[in-house]
Amino acid sequence: MAAIFQGVGAAAALSSSPSNSFDSKKFVSSPLRKGASFAVVRSDGRVNLNPKGRRAQQLISNAVATKSDSAAASSSSKPGHELLLFEALQEGLEEEMERDLRVCVMGEDVGHYGGSYKVTKGLAKKFGDLRVLDTPIAENSFSGMGIGAAMTGLRPVVEGMNMGFLLLAFNQISNNCGMLHYTSGGQFTIPIVIRGPGGVGRQLGAEHSQRLESYFQSIPGIQMVACSTPYNAKGLMKAAIRSENPVILFEHVLLYNLKERIPDEDYICNLEEAEMVRPGEHVTILTYSRMRYHVMQAAKTLVNKGYDPEVIDIRSLKPFDLYTIGNSVKKTHRVLIVEECMRTGGIGASLIAAITENFNDYLDAPIMCLSSQDVPTPYAGTLEEVTVVQPAQIVTAVEQLCQ
Amino acid sequence: MALSHLAASASRSSSLLKPLSSGLSLRRSISGDNSPLTVETSVPFTSHQCEAPSRSVETNPKELLTFFRDMALMRRMEIAADSLYKAKLIRGFCHLYDGQEAVAVGMEAAITKKDCIITAYRDHCTFVSRGGTLLEVFAELMGRQAGCSKGKGGSMHFYKKDSNFYGGHGIVGAQVPLGCGLAFAQKYSKDETVTFALYGDGAANQGQLFEALNISALWDLPAILVCENNHYGMGTAEWRAAKSPAYYKRGDYVPGLKVDGMDALAVKQACKFAKEHALKNGPIILEMDTYRYHGHSMSDPGSTYRTRDEISGVRQERDPIERIRKLILSHDLATEKELKDVEKEVRKEVDDAIAQAKESPMPEPSELFTNVYAKGLGVESFGADRKEVRATLP
Repeated sequence: MAAIFQGVGAAAALSSSPSNSFDSKKFVSSPLRKGASFAVVRSDGRVNLNPKGRRAQQLISNAVATKSDSAAASSSSKPGHELLLFEALQEGLEEEMERDLRVCVMGEDVGHYGGSYKVTKGLAKKFGDLRVLDTPIAENSFSGMGIGAAMTGLRPVVEGMNMGFLLLAFNQISNNCGMLHYTSGGQFTIPIVIRGPGGVGRQLGAEHSQRLESYFQSIPGIQMVACSTPYNAKGLMKAAIRSENPVILFEHVLLYNLKERIPDEDYICNLEEAEMVRPGEHVTILTYSRMRYHVMQAAKTLVNKGYDPEVIDIRSLKPFDLYTIGNSVKKTHRVLIVEECMRTGGIGASLIAAITENFNDYLDAPIMCLSSQDVPTPYAGTLEEVTVVQPAQIVTAVEQLCQ
Repeated sequence: MALSHLAASASRSSSLLKPLSSGLSLRRSISGDNSPLTVETSVPFTSHQCEAPSRSVETNPKELLTFFRDMALMRRMEIAADSLYKAKLIRGFCHLYDGQEAVAVGMEAAITKKDCIITAYRDHCTFVSRGGTLLEVFAELMGRQAGCSKGKGGSMHFYKKDSNFYGGHGIVGAQVPLGCGLAFAQKYSKDETVTFALYGDGAANQGQLFEALNISALWDLPAILVCENNHYGMGTAEWRAAKSPAYYKRGDYVPGLKVDGMDALAVKQACKFAKEHALKNGPIILEMDTYRYHGHSMSDPGSTYRTRDEISGVRQERDPIERIRKLILSHDLATEKELKDVEKEVRKEVDDAIAQAKESPMPEPSELFTNVYAKGLGVESFGADRKEVRATLP
């Protein structure tokens, strides 16, 4: 019964209603200059209906080809500028490197090649070889070097060409990155950002389709965030660089070509905050990264069937934003988690535990969690599609939950 | 120094025993002066891909006496830690450095506090040579608040940020990439300082070491990798673990130097040479030929994989403190009694520190949750009841 999601060639352009906008009110109190302090104040859950502001533009779920729909996207009278997600990451990185001379980038092919996903394109020319460093293929040691540099006060951004390669650096990330602040009694902070693309792509094979957030989530002392739109990609990148704590920023291979209009002015996204994608009444759907788009597609069908799902992009994988999630649970009393992690020991498993511990009294039904199958990702396209959660399964799950 | 004019004379310094008429210093301990003295190292240096430095080391009486005192302090401290461990005041892992003191002391004499040192878990004496106090050492070993890591680190996690001592690491070999990262930061900030990344003969077979060495050589980082070769990786002798135990040559394209690690002056000379080299030419490997009297840790008797004769043989022939003692006595820089007085003094210092450390309380329960994250930028672990989130950017 599972409808196979026709990925390539069937661009399901999602049009979003105004209420899909970002919930958080983000404003800048002064134009960008060194030493400016801004306040990012989150409202208590209400929608920001600023008509001139940042409406979510046509969001494309198929990241292989960028097909932007007609009207809204091409209008040039709107404020802000349009770009793709990888360009948003690059913009964030570039602005932070200009702002703080201690920020440097390390990774494989980030310099002269421009980055395997073009996130660091042009930076080596602009900032030189000492600030954008091409490393040999030695994840364990260059992650360690990044952490050592961070101990002295530099702010390195370490790129894993694919998150899966960072398994080789697990010792450095777990023991040194996460724990040094604690074991040194607070003497050292590790302001490092570890970022890279992960997740299931287009037939990349098992080893290149890993979801490392489930392995890293237990490490004490690190923060994990997952970006999903150009807006939050840039915001999270900047916040991660400015944070004194080690932050792991999870990007997704298939989302790099999403196009969106983002503000011109300087902004950051709060690292521990979840994003309200679509407020609703009947059921809370918690998701992150690529699954957000599957959920939004399912939401269209659900709305047609008369349901009103509330969709939250949790963004912060460690620690969870239990405030936003809690308020939502108190409102809807039903929770569905849609994630790309494996069923066993994934982010969803931790989220279920956290919600049950804190909000059990508010639940009308057991929490449902849709995750990827506990298998190595197969190469064959049809099998790969069944490995991850598809919109049709989400619709069925909501229907089941709301009986 | 008040005693300097007395110590400089080659004649009998028995007048040191009387309290000073000049009254400038009431210290019983002796201190030398800075008149130069040239000493030959025990063995010449062997080098790989570079010119070895000369065997003649410039030193002075003051430095020699300081070496003696510092090494006696470290030896006493480690032995006291042994007793404390057996008395169950120190738990877990305790890796003792006695026998290897010359490496810590000689290295410190060649560099400044702006240069960085990072080492593995046998870090008590390196911490002290970087300026750590005995109280901090014993309190940390006993898990008390007065410890250098507030009792939360333990024997393997000593750090001293203000004197650039970066620890203190439990996983074998993981500190070497960190050390190269420190060197990278020094190059980035154009500090003209170097980093000494210490590791053992066991860690010399770790892949990440060669990865880090490759990157350091590629990027010309001022990193000095120091292999403290005590010939045993826990219970495994070096010839059973490494096909090529010539660790100073394992860098291949990176120059190396083999040093007698039981001779503090040779260590000093080698480190000085290495610092000059690293600032100009990039990484260099130093192999310190040293020996530990204790086993790998307190749970290892140290005699199942080596004979007692071997241990006592090294102690008789190569002990670092005895070498300096003989040097001092042969140059008439102090009498035997004075040196024994120094050792007594040092013993008292250690006992006082232990007593003081025992008074220090255990950490508060709330300390369990401090220092997990650095506060700032609104990074609080939120509960379910937070009302508002404000993030102010620096």
